[in-house]
Amino acid sequence: MVRAYRAPFHHRFEGFRVTHPTAGTGRTHLDNGGRAPWHPLARTAFLQALDDGWADPRRLHTEGRRAAALLAGAREAVADVLGARTEEVRFTPSHTASLHAAVAQVAQARRRHGGDVVVGAAERAAVLHAADHVLAPDGRRVTVPVDTSGRVDVDAYATALSAGGVALAALQHANGEVGTTQPVEAVHEAARTAGVPLLVDAGASLGHAVVGPAWDVLAADPADWGAPAGVGIVAARQRTRTVATGPEDPEPWAPGGVSVPAVFAAAVALQAAEADRAQADARRRALVDEIRARVALIPDVEVVGDPSERLPHVVTFSFLYVDGEALVTELDRAGFAVGSGSACTASTLEPSHVLAAMGVLTHGNVRIALDRSTTRAEVDRFLDVLPEAVATVREMLGVQGL
Amino acid sequence: MSTDEAYDGHVVDARGLRCPLPVIRLAERSKELPPGTEVTVLATDPAAQHDVPAWARLRGHAVTGARTHEADGGPWWALTVRLGD
Repeated sequence: MVRAYRAPFHHRFEGFRVTHPTAGTGRTHLDNGGRAPWHPLARTAFLQALDDGWADPRRLHTEGRRAAALLAGAREAVADVLGARTEEVRFTPSHTASLHAAVAQVAQARRRHGGDVVVGAAERAAVLHAADHVLAPDGRRVTVPVDTSGRVDVDAYATALSAGGVALAALQHANGEVGTTQPVEAVHEAARTAGVPLLVDAGASLGHAVVGPAWDVLAADPADWGAPAGVGIVAARQRTRTVATGPEDPEPWAPGGVSVPAVFAAAVALQAAEADRAQADARRRALVDEIRARVALIPDVEVVGDPSERLPHVVTFSFLYVDGEALVTELDRAGFAVGSGSACTASTLEPSHVLAAMGVLTHGNVRIALDRSTTRAEVDRFLDVLPEAVATVREMLGVQGL
Repeated sequence: MSTDEAYDGHVVDARGLRCPLPVIRLAERSKELPPGTEVTVLATDPAAQHDVPAWARLRGHAVTGARTHEADGGPWWALTVRLGD
């Protein structure tokens, strides 16, 4: 049965023309991090799974078994990309749910060893909040600072790990806001020496960069590589003990089960992303290099994040004396969708904790995550429009000669 | 005490203004002052805690003081910079 449903995993991924849903609409979407447009093969896989995998995979009848086979095939495919055993891979309802559950389940299993949680200062908010949530009554969250590029210091991280009483540690593979990669191999080595399990958040990396084997628990985000939102991936090594923390459920990582079509599409999209990763990397890396160089020519700008040790598709910069919300709106009016870590843009008053931890400007921030389908022409048009948009916003604020 | 009386000399009261206005007001005042002068900006916008030091670094000024004040209407911050050349 499984064999019959493995067929979609042997698709030819090469030569697939990927176009952005905004293509031909006059809009250019440069905010693809964490919510990329669906890969065309994800759409095909999803539709197939609606026909073949609609039933409850826990049931024993033919329809249920068919859905279970799709799920098993997806699990095997994801494990293959991660270099993990199939049984080490679990699907969850979202990336946030993955991070919450991973922190909670490892902390619970490690109760006897300690109540502290070590994190990098630029971890995703979900990791920081989960760490605070699971702290033992006498436990502390130990936050390892990052430098101005957004990277943790290996020695500082190792010192925090060796203090004793640490339940678990978390470090992102790369930062999704500024693109900087983290020294996960060295930190994983230090964590092994200290006997502390390391959770690696690969949510911004998998599908874009080689993640490697330096993790004990890994979380990845299908919506980031062109699969539907509403599914997350966790892999926990067999040697790493986890203990379910919620109410009794046969599937503690996803109480009530997951959407089979979403999981199936996630696995197919991951395979597709992996198949042209090297090509997409070179193309997008060159585009980001061009963005970094041309943005740096605009007066009073700080291009942040490591210029070379970074994700291929992410770039961030902050303009002095610019209101981030006004700039996002101005660019939107010109047809470009960008992200921002400025407080002035969000419903919250607090700016991006990542930019704050790096000690770089938090206002006037623009965050770009290129899709695989982003073209050079789109990037060039954006770079043509940007200086004027910045000047307009500065003019609105009455900034002159500062 | 959460009043600005504690701050004498050059004070820019940017309380109630949202980012990036506290930094803009501070930059405007700094332009009129000679190198070596200390200027203090008061701000209720939390981004000022990060943006004033970042601005100082970009402009060659030095942060010489940073204080948080707890007040009934919420916290506010006082950041002092010594102007560079």
